[in-house]
Amino acid sequence: MNRSHRVGLPALAVAALAMVVSACSSGSSGSGSKSTSGALTASAPGITATTITIGSHQPLTGVAAPGYDEIAPASNAYFDYVNAHGGIYGRKIVYKYLDDKYDPTSTVSVVKQLVLQDNVYAIFDGLGTPTHLAVAPFLNSEKVPDVFVASGCECWNSPSTWPETFGWQLDYVREGKILGTYIKQHFAGQKIGYFYQDDEFGKDGVKGLDDEIPQADVVSRQSYDPTNINVGPQVAALKASGAKVVVSFTVPAFTALLRLNSLKLGFSPTLVVSDVGSDPITLAGLLEAYAKQGGATVSGNQLTQGIITDGYMPTLGDTSNSWVALFKKIHDKYLPKLPFDGNVAFGEAVAYTFVQAMLKAGKNPARADLVKAIESGLPQGPAVAPYAYSASDHAGMTGAFIGVIKNGVIVKEGPVQVTNTSATGAVQSYTGTQPTAPSSGMP
Amino acid sequence: MTLVRHVATAAVLAVLLVIISSTVSPFRDYQMAEVACYVAAVAGLTVLVGLSGQISLGNGAFMAIGAYAAALLLLHLHWPLAVVLVAALAVAAAGGAVVGVAAARLRGPYLAGATLILAVALPSLALRYGLLGGDQGLTVVINSPGFLGPSFSLTRWQAWLTCGCALITLVLLANLARSRVGRSWRAARDDEVAAALAGLNVARLRVLAFVVSAACAGLAGALLAVTTSIVSPGAFTVTLSIGLLTAAVLGGLGTLPGAVWGSLVLVLVPTYVTDVASSHGLSSSVGSNIPVAAYGVVLVVVMLTFPDGIQGGVHRLSRPLASRLPAWPGAPRRRPPGPQFRAPASEHQEEGSL
Repeated sequence: MNRSHRVGLPALAVAALAMVVSACSSGSSGSGSKSTSGALTASAPGITATTITIGSHQPLTGVAAPGYDEIAPASNAYFDYVNAHGGIYGRKIVYKYLDDKYDPTSTVSVVKQLVLQDNVYAIFDGLGTPTHLAVAPFLNSEKVPDVFVASGCECWNSPSTWPETFGWQLDYVREGKILGTYIKQHFAGQKIGYFYQDDEFGKDGVKGLDDEIPQADVVSRQSYDPTNINVGPQVAALKASGAKVVVSFTVPAFTALLRLNSLKLGFSPTLVVSDVGSDPITLAGLLEAYAKQGGATVSGNQLTQGIITDGYMPTLGDTSNSWVALFKKIHDKYLPKLPFDGNVAFGEAVAYTFVQAMLKAGKNPARADLVKAIESGLPQGPAVAPYAYSASDHAGMTGAFIGVIKNGVIVKEGPVQVTNTSATGAVQSYTGTQPTAPSSGMP
Repeated sequence: MTLVRHVATAAVLAVLLVIISSTVSPFRDYQMAEVACYVAAVAGLTVLVGLSGQISLGNGAFMAIGAYAAALLLLHLHWPLAVVLVAALAVAAAGGAVVGVAAARLRGPYLAGATLILAVALPSLALRYGLLGGDQGLTVVINSPGFLGPSFSLTRWQAWLTCGCALITLVLLANLARSRVGRSWRAARDDEVAAALAGLNVARLRVLAFVVSAACAGLAGALLAVTTSIVSPGAFTVTLSIGLLTAAVLGGLGTLPGAVWGSLVLVLVPTYVTDVASSHGLSSSVGSNIPVAAYGVVLVVVMLTFPDGIQGGVHRLSRPLASRLPAWPGAPRRRPPGPQFRAPASEHQEEGSL
């Protein structure tokens, strides 16, 4: 220790200097004036004459990575397609997505890097409720557009506190109401159990379910913490309660754990699973992988058979649908290594929506122009129901259809249902039809 | 004299850090703040492991205690920041005392195991009690103080705050290490029986080392809370505790400059590698795992080339240069670089040979 003081403390100075070395120049944040015609200018941070740089935080490693790590590459595939077909008014999209491991503290770190160092124009499709809640206040105080959060938390629709933030996918309250209505109609008087993630995701879903399902029918409410994969006690409690239907607001890994633990206990209720946790291909893969770890062999598709879920985009099995065909075409060309599953379709669809909004924001948009463009409403696109976007409503999709998993694909059952997030708002059939995808593949 | 020299060095460094933070981008300021947080924690750990010869795999848990204490005090009692930092430090120190009393009876791998339990179990409490915000954690919002003006960059203020606290921590630890306490720790580390025969209360010394180390970790946790503006259990996993120990070993165990080197590696290497990986267009399944791999490679390379850690390497490389300069009056003859501490794992065997 002694010598370390003599040589050591001056060495601290060297250490401090190392920070200077590591500190590269701060990117300049150009602020040009908005114009709708003429040359392409650096009209906002992240926008140059040739590129639009956007950023995102995604779980590329860690507990939420299985399945969800396909979303950002899929969005990027769609952007590659757009870039190859003329870009946005001639600008190419540069999509920089960083790994936050689904850990809110990491999210803060990577989003600060994207905003303060990489000067992104907007944060796009930041994934996860707990993770994104950690950065939404920062993004709004920095006035960075925070568009199409990949989470169905009702909280993104708070235009007065978070004017920059927009949801995209069907929010969990609406989803809970739509699933709850189906359960009320098809399993009247049966014992119902809930299994949900113990955070805003699960709680919002339960809120929607409780708006519709009679309280007397709910015999057990079990929650799980996503960092603890031992859900045996919760499944045993569900079994003990005699539930005939289990509604599950879970991420794919925990849907699989619920299914396997039920199998082990000889418990076979009808499973109703939220869209985020029900992608059949992801689920089948997880079921087989987890069973293998436990020394058993199962057939993934057999175990997902009969799961009731909902969908807010066309089912992938419906190959005649123009959107599915478009996304499949882009997937096959730009992302052939990944399976064409719900996560890939999600990533491409949300990227499509972003391109819609950017085209509407004008040729040389400031950051505020993107927000204004979305607030003035977006055409329906790949979603089966319209968006709710307006100046006073930052929620995305408003409805979904009920589907049942059969032989590894979701089969649509019944019409699209739309609703709002209030406890009394009715769930009703949507009478409009979904527009077909543009043949150019560009909005 | 020692105190004067330490304070003077710290003052020079403080001026240097203010200049740096004022010239770099806000994100670099944020990284400076992150590094400074880890410096405080790693410095505390390096004193515990290097000087008192005890191992702790649980200092991440002490950081969690400090961070949650700070968050709760700021959110519910609205105490001033300076008081909150001191309180967080005190709460973590109290936690350290409790663990230290238990730990004083344990040696080597048993101590590692006991502290590991702490690192695994403590963050889960946040999920158990709603007050602690569950998985989502607690949001901490601070603003830069009014006298700096309304447009003063928040990240720069955070860099100043954390670097200032880290420097104060380093000065205090440097003096402590040179004091009677530091000498007693080394004596007890090198030979417990001899130290006890010389009249030292070995058990009390061991507990004290834990208290000091936990206090540093608590301060670091509180600083991390105000820097990242969020306190969530995901930030204080076992990985963090092991990361702190790694940083201490990598930098040079038992040396305070080593704590700075280790913290720089801990924070900067993953960011730098991610940037390089993404700019070379690697597929995301490869690219997202490269930072972890690179961290491992740095660890292996440093340990192979500089077994004493980075600070050992700096010292070894600077020695030929330093020997040509006139020595400080009264400076001791420089010893060849060798282990300055006894690795806790080897303590066992040597104890047996007594």
